[in-house]
Amino acid sequence: MSIFDILGPVMVGPSSSHTAGAVRMGQMTRRLLGGEPESAEILLSGSFALTGEGHGTPRAILAGLMGMDPDDERIPQSFELAGEHGIKFSFGTVNLRNAHPNSALIRAKRDGRGVEVGASSPGGGRIRVFSLDGLPTSFSGEVPTLIVRCEDRPGHVSRVTGAVAAQGINMSKLQVERDTRGGTALMVIECDQRIPYKVKVAISAIEGIYNVTRLNPGEESK
Amino acid sequence: MSAVTSIAGLLKVSAEKKLPLWKTVQLTDCAEQDMSEADSWEKMKNMLSVMREADQSYDSRRRSLSGLSGGDGGKMEDYVRSGRSISGPLVGEIIAAALRMGECNACMKRIVAAPTAGACGVLPAVIIPCGKAMGLPDERLIEALYAAAGVGQVIALRASISGAQSGCQAEIGAASAMAAAALTHMAGGTSQQIANASALALKSLLGLVCDPVGGLVEVPCVKRNAAGAVIALTAAEMSLAGIESRVPPDEVIDAMREVGEKMSPTLRETAEGGLADTETARKFRERDEAAIRHGPGLT
Repeated sequence: MSIFDILGPVMVGPSSSHTAGAVRMGQMTRRLLGGEPESAEILLSGSFALTGEGHGTPRAILAGLMGMDPDDERIPQSFELAGEHGIKFSFGTVNLRNAHPNSALIRAKRDGRGVEVGASSPGGGRIRVFSLDGLPTSFSGEVPTLIVRCEDRPGHVSRVTGAVAAQGINMSKLQVERDTRGGTALMVIECDQRIPYKVKVAISAIEGIYNVTRLNPGEESK
Repeated sequence: MSAVTSIAGLLKVSAEKKLPLWKTVQLTDCAEQDMSEADSWEKMKNMLSVMREADQSYDSRRRSLSGLSGGDGGKMEDYVRSGRSISGPLVGEIIAAALRMGECNACMKRIVAAPTAGACGVLPAVIIPCGKAMGLPDERLIEALYAAAGVGQVIALRASISGAQSGCQAEIGAASAMAAAALTHMAGGTSQQIANASALALKSLLGLVCDPVGGLVEVPCVKRNAAGAVIALTAAEMSLAGIESRVPPDEVIDAMREVGEKMSPTLRETAEGGLADTETARKFRERDEAAIRHGPGLT
């Protein structure tokens, strides 16, 4: 813990969990989508559903989807700005069982592709993604993280991790989930070192890989 | 230097290395985070700038999304300006500054969490007006922010700075302890006096519950920032006068943790008890959604 976790972060109020964390959720969804969404459906759960409006949570999530940081003073105007950018958005509530009280389910689309991100904001502006496209997972993006969505087939885990190891990167955590046998699989790989672009290129070239996202802390995907 | 997990440790390292307390805090963090002293200083300087910007951007006509907050900082300013203030212009301005910052936060303006967003008004409310009244250069105020952050870090490590975990004592209480430390440094107090002031402030807020009306960071949070700031001033004055906390700072922090553990979950940010469960709060909650949808909104 740094002293700047105590004196900081610089953020738009009123709540680190319901506002700053909500911006981070939107940003995370944008990165997993690979750019600005054309449309977004935001469903709030638990305390987010109960007190989110008064905390500006919907505005904050939308601001994050548009690439704003938690200290961006345009956050309160995100509805109007999204309208100007032609982003279609809607809000609702959902009851996410067993999820942290501060949680949301965000569905976003772009170029005919969609993502569904389930995330929670336990406090201090930090977030945790607990589901991606309906598959359970757990990552925060606070360490370099590689997210690979692919066809469930033998040898994929080995080839993907091989591509990571080839760059001398040490993996600290590896999660693998799939929907059905031979269906879609999700690999989340947390690493000790920054993940370079060539790892993404190498993995994307493997047959049956649908999508690769790199999350390097402090680097926004454009 | 290892991470500082106690106020006693902070004092010991400062004494051994013959450093002021704020410098020990800075050097320890630089070593932990692999950051240069210059970068760290620039970062802290920026925190002071953001605090000032937020304070100056205050608009008393602005209201929060819920309509519960806004305008009180302006009322306090007018009152102080009228010359009728019982405690005089400095204390009046501290109260006004705390309200302004708390309202900025409620109205979605940019603030510095110190240590949390809900308690963001306490520290700037003593640093900015007192710095001005004492004629201190910014360097002194930045040093004071380090002293405050050091105290806050020990509280976070030994206890908590989360209302959901330990109640408001962990937010306004921690902020007040941090502000007392900052103020004591600004007035030229010794490291021992800085530590002592933080203990005196935290003791005064021990047991304070987190009971926000409607679950929003507004009522009573905004006004508790003013109370926390004045308690910080009281604690600093006592410490500078040579008055000691009979219970040492680390033990006070440990007691805060224990009190937090014994606190009912209904009094820890869940908005199920205390002020949040009053008749007025329940009525507010009922019309909450409608008020937000059709209320004044952000202007």
